[in-house]
Amino acid sequence: MLKKRIIPCLDVDNGRVVKGVNFIDLVDAGDPVEQAIIYNAEGADELCFLDITASSDNRDTLLEVVKKTAENCFIPLTVGGGVRNLDDISRLLHFGADKVSINTAAVDNTDLVAEAANKYGSSTIVIAVDAKQTDENQWKVFTHGGRKETDIDVVTYCNEVAKLGAGEILLTSMDRDGTKSGFDNKLLKAVTSKVNIPVVASGGVGNLNHLLDGILEGEASALLAASIFHFGEYSIGEVKRYLADNNIPVRI
Amino acid sequence: MNLAIINFGSGNLHSVHKAFENVNSELSNPYNIVVTNDPKEIQSADKIVLPGVGAFGDCKNAILNIEGLHASLEVSVLKNKVPFIGICVGMQLLADLSYEFGTHSGFGWIPGEVRRIASPQEYKIPHMGWNEISFSDHKLFDGCEQGSDFYFVHSFYFQNQKSEHSIATTKYPDQITAAVCKENICGTQFHPEKSHINGKRIIHNFLEWKP
Repeated sequence: MLKKRIIPCLDVDNGRVVKGVNFIDLVDAGDPVEQAIIYNAEGADELCFLDITASSDNRDTLLEVVKKTAENCFIPLTVGGGVRNLDDISRLLHFGADKVSINTAAVDNTDLVAEAANKYGSSTIVIAVDAKQTDENQWKVFTHGGRKETDIDVVTYCNEVAKLGAGEILLTSMDRDGTKSGFDNKLLKAVTSKVNIPVVASGGVGNLNHLLDGILEGEASALLAASIFHFGEYSIGEVKRYLADNNIPVRI
Repeated sequence: MNLAIINFGSGNLHSVHKAFENVNSELSNPYNIVVTNDPKEIQSADKIVLPGVGAFGDCKNAILNIEGLHASLEVSVLKNKVPFIGICVGMQLLADLSYEFGTHSGFGWIPGEVRRIASPQEYKIPHMGWNEISFSDHKLFDGCEQGSDFYFVHSFYFQNQKSEHSIATTKYPDQITAAVCKENICGTQFHPEKSHINGKRIIHNFLEWKP
């Protein structure tokens, strides 16, 4: 049976790991390569780096982090943040990323999704969607790290990028991100029930039960979390044992 | 001893290279690993690895567009019986043909066709993530436990014409070929380079394989 994936995510700024609360108030918490090696050894199913480096001049520091991680961790590595075009994707893949996640650039130019999927394969292209609730059962896509509102409906958008060839959706609830109050399972269910590609749940995990709910209520294919792993609240092993005890198929 | 990893611009080339280097460094007699598309280097290789992600037709065309590449592979693998492993699309290319975005002919080294996974709505496509395999007795799976998890990511699968060429299967929800072998030619649908310890074991076994 296909396993539900547990994906620790590392926000990286100038080659260092940080984790935001509601996208602000960053706290430094270590070297990304060291962290990745630990997660890999603990049984993470994949790794995710999100580059939040503001200046494009400093983006090359991430490439070194990606390269060193790929040399040490033999599990899939997704890298996103500031990906604007095919050259950015090509560079990340060349340095060792297995999947590249595209956020704002895919909203600005949906042709990029199709071009990237055609050139590198659907399996390589993850579309990251920052979603914020605007009405009951209504979520809108936000861009530019959550700073800019669009008029695009999240479910419609996810369906569109799936048709264009995206292999996976990384769905972040901006309302929940950093709050530790659980995933927005209504948002997740709205997308997973309508979209035929895997959806990774992101934003809001505070405890083990939240992870279970993301699968049972949100019907996510994979769960992404940062701070609960990062500050040592739970280990990957603890999460997997808890899910397994609740009859969720996981890789142990 | 030389091991050639074929470079035709596949997205997973780097990952495959790094994983093979890592396992190779643990051997008492390590291979000299070259990443190449040079027909001469390929014909002097003692083992050949063909990675591949993306669409079947694009991968096939990328190989055909490199002068002498396909011919040198045929000489090494079919005539000289050099041990060969194809990974993901690199494995699917061994088939007679594929129905991904039209109809494309493959290498025709292992009889069968590449078809889209037919699954009900609750089974997302691509089949992405860790899934368990059951395998038959083969050197590639030495030391692996039945039901071990490997990392898959694909929307199409290799339907073998002869069941004896399928040496491992997984379920999503129907049975899907997870690995193939015919004489000196083998291939995996899953990504050994991304399958952590289990994947490293497969790579190790391939490096030691003497078909």
